[in-house]
Amino acid sequence: MSAVLFFIAAIGVITGAIGVVMLRNPFYCVLALVVHLVALAVLFLLLRAEFVAAVQVVVYAGAVMVLYVFVVAYVGGEGNGSAGQLGERLRGSGPVASGLRLGGTLAGGALLVELLIALLGTGLKAVSGYGAGYPVGLPEAQTFGTPAYIGNLLLTRFLLVFEIASFLLLVAAVGGVVLARRRRGLGPDEERDVITPLDLLRPRGTGTMSEGVGRPTP
Amino acid sequence: MSIGWYLAVSAIVFSTGAVGVITRRNPLVVLLCLELMLNGGNLALIAFSRMWGNGDGQILALVVMTVAACEVCIGLGMIVAIHRRRLPVDVDELRELQG
Repeated sequence: MSAVLFFIAAIGVITGAIGVVMLRNPFYCVLALVVHLVALAVLFLLLRAEFVAAVQVVVYAGAVMVLYVFVVAYVGGEGNGSAGQLGERLRGSGPVASGLRLGGTLAGGALLVELLIALLGTGLKAVSGYGAGYPVGLPEAQTFGTPAYIGNLLLTRFLLVFEIASFLLLVAAVGGVVLARRRRGLGPDEERDVITPLDLLRPRGTGTMSEGVGRPTP
Repeated sequence: MSIGWYLAVSAIVFSTGAVGVITRRNPLVVLLCLELMLNGGNLALIAFSRMWGNGDGQILALVVMTVAACEVCIGLGMIVAIHRRRLPVDVDELRELQG
């Protein structure tokens, strides 16, 4: 049963990954990645990582992919800007483009062979085993991979890692807001919508740099 | 299934993502392929965690997911900023830093 489930999920994972690489429309790429992520969550469940599988589905396939879909809808698929000569040469079906694509695929194939040799050819006995066995009496057998187990690890042994990850999320959120905000500022008609406490205390335009250089105050 | 099968799947996913990062030019798709590579690494981590019956690999996988979320946040912010400045959304055309 678990073998059948493994092969179904593995076919889903690999098909999703190839779909992300091969499909032309970025929107379909995002949908292929959703298929890949859900199938990967099934593999995580088979490896007894229940909490990580749930996080994968909720955070990745839920939140991050919604962000991707929004940005794809905003940017609008393929780059519609002015294409230079280099981009034209690479984009078309000319000899340069197909040669580069073939080279990239060959490099990926070489990487795959190298990874397979490194992972499976190590002679490590446990790789060809079924994983660590859990004696029936031990609490590990019931709790491995559950939220309580992960939370216990995160708040005791890996507390520093947990805090650093939370700080990293904060920095990334601030950076995302700064990067994606509107650069040109408010429009000319809505410029005066913001009233600061100073505006109530002093007349408009006094105490500003434009008053200092003698410009007429607004 | 033995652990080796999971490792083989993770190697395939990782190299597929690497091919995508090399060959695709839309930065959105390059980010998606980066996600593929991170997921391949995650699968290997969780397979090794199952292999030793130890939860440390799962914690590391969660941290990798956090870093991936941060990377998506920053990367998509940059793509939106590129699109706002009317620059072409194409990694071969973005050569402003070249001088």
